[in-house]
Amino acid sequence: MAILSVQNLTLRFGGVVAVSNLSFAVEAGTIASVIGPNGAGKTSVFNMITGFYQPSEGRIRLGDDDLVGRKPSEITRLGLARTFQNLRLFPNLSVLDNVKSGMHSRTRQGVWGAIFRTGRQRQEERLITETAEACIRFVGIEEYAGRAAKALPYGAQRKLEIARALATQPKVLLLDEPAAGLNYEEKEQLIRLIGEIRDSLGITVLIIEHDMGLIKRISDKVTVLDYGRKIAEGKPDEVLRDPRVIEAYLGREEA
Amino acid sequence: MGPKTTKLLRLLLLAAAILLPFVSNNYWLDVATLALFYVVLGQGLNIVVGFAGLLDLGYAAFFAVGAYTTGILMTVYGWSFWLTLPVAALLAAGFGVVIGAPTLRLRSDYLAIVTLGFGEIIRILAINLSITGSASGIYGIPRPAIGGYPFSSQKDFYFLMLIIACLVIAAVSRLGRSRIGRAWAYIREDEDAAEAMGIDRVRMKLLAYSIGAIIGSLAGCVFAVKMSAIAPLSFSFMQSIMILLAVVLGGLGSISGVALGAVLVIALPEMLRSAEEWRYLIFGAALILMMIYRPQGLWPAGQEQAADEREAAGDGAKSVPM
Ligand SMILES: Nc1ncnc2c1ncn2[C@@H]1O[C@H](COP(=O)(O)OP(=O)(O)OP(=O)(O)O)[C@@H](O)[C@H]1O
Ligand SMILES: [Mg+2]
Repeated sequence: MAILSVQNLTLRFGGVVAVSNLSFAVEAGTIASVIGPNGAGKTSVFNMITGFYQPSEGRIRLGDDDLVGRKPSEITRLGLARTFQNLRLFPNLSVLDNVKSGMHSRTRQGVWGAIFRTGRQRQEERLITETAEACIRFVGIEEYAGRAAKALPYGAQRKLEIARALATQPKVLLLDEPAAGLNYEEKEQLIRLIGEIRDSLGITVLIIEHDMGLIKRISDKVTVLDYGRKIAEGKPDEVLRDPRVIEAYLGREEA
Repeated sequence: MGPKTTKLLRLLLLAAAILLPFVSNNYWLDVATLALFYVVLGQGLNIVVGFAGLLDLGYAAFFAVGAYTTGILMTVYGWSFWLTLPVAALLAAGFGVVIGAPTLRLRSDYLAIVTLGFGEIIRILAINLSITGSASGIYGIPRPAIGGYPFSSQKDFYFLMLIIACLVIAAVSRLGRSRIGRAWAYIREDEDAAEAMGIDRVRMKLLAYSIGAIIGSLAGCVFAVKMSAIAPLSFSFMQSIMILLAVVLGGLGSISGVALGAVLVIALPEMLRSAEEWRYLIFGAALILMMIYRPQGLWPAGQEQAADEREAAGDGAKSVPM
């Protein structure tokens, strides 16, 4: 069953058509990828799914919920989490506080509870801390827990962003170029991590990536975008051999 | 500063504050009471500026809303002081939303102008409406009483303000370290990322403005009965700037810092009184030097937090080894 689907999605910026009549679906429990040359519209698709951009046309569904027209925070609450292509951490806050942000939409404690330190409030605080710590352990950056996010090495910052997204307890996780800037060893860790996210947490993953090796190894299905249009879709081996895909990449690189 | 030292320092300060009225003359007691008003106002503005990272150049407007609500309800309608408090709080929260709503999508420089405009509107309304007593304001505001004990001496008001300041400090500090306080910090650090993490930025910003407004207005209520006369002059743009100064000088987001900043903003010009007309020049120069050499404030939030965390860890709430 498709847990996430987009239908006839179109996004225009003035005269520029960033995404054009795009449809695809992601099956629950799989790892799906979106690839395409620079400027193909991949991040724009993520931004529409997560509510940061309003699509000009089209529909987006997460399970039974319609996502178009909702605020990003509401979409997160419905079970969709994301990371950003250019890391968007809370740089001056500690790693633990960064990850705690994910629990915001899963807890309810308000002004009253905070001021009077009610039993319920303290219980919730414990839950928030425990969940955040578990997420930090899951991605393997526990050695940095007390440090400010900006003081972490780049690779650990990438993992931190994933931990923060996991703390929202999503059904679907969107990763925008998570391997960008990682070295060989870190990429291997990332591949294992993404596998575990699906297998032990049962979270469906949709990933944008430029690293074809990584795409081949982890994706169940690949969707290829070029100039905002879908030009190919299917199993990674087949898609990456498709002449149209090769041309889209080579054609652009020579230009 | 270690957690023990911090705790001890706070206790010493509180003891000094309690003893002050018994050793000080009326003049300095009055200065100290004014400083306590600034401590409360500073904490309220700290929520907006320090915690949520939003600018507000018209904060004195909320102070005015409280003062005039109490003034009008007591003199015109004969209400008891204590009943005017919830009305002032509700009105201020409403104004907080009114001023917050149009500013939510604005960048900070526009935000500055909108809040400045709001501050001026309130002041000009106060000057021109007859119910607020126009330029001469409202006078003859009765003194409040608790269970038959009337507040009348300077000492009474000093202690009333001291209690309020302690309560506000405790409340704001707890709020800052809660789920709500963290949400404000996330918005301050990166709005889009906060929204992506499920934080409704519109709601959270309005909440910050409203709580800040409520605290400011409650200070205004007490101000009205303490002075027993209020006039638009007390709620000028300069007043907003002085409160903001207390926050920035002490350290944005730092509870102890803002309290210290508030005391300095009031006490320094008084101590410099002997320098006559030079005193604001010296004060100004001190501020400039301060911002150059210690832009994070006298007692920055990071330092305060580190001390609090060590304290929490030392209290036996063992931090889970990970
Ligand atoms: N906010 C915006 N305003 C105007 N144009 C935009 C905006 N966001 C994206 N675009 C345009 O939409 C097109 C697709 O951009 P997008 O960022 O989605 O590409 P991408 O596939 O993620 O590229 P990359 O691999 O470089 O990250 C580009 O032409 C880009 O300039
Ligand atoms: Mg992109």
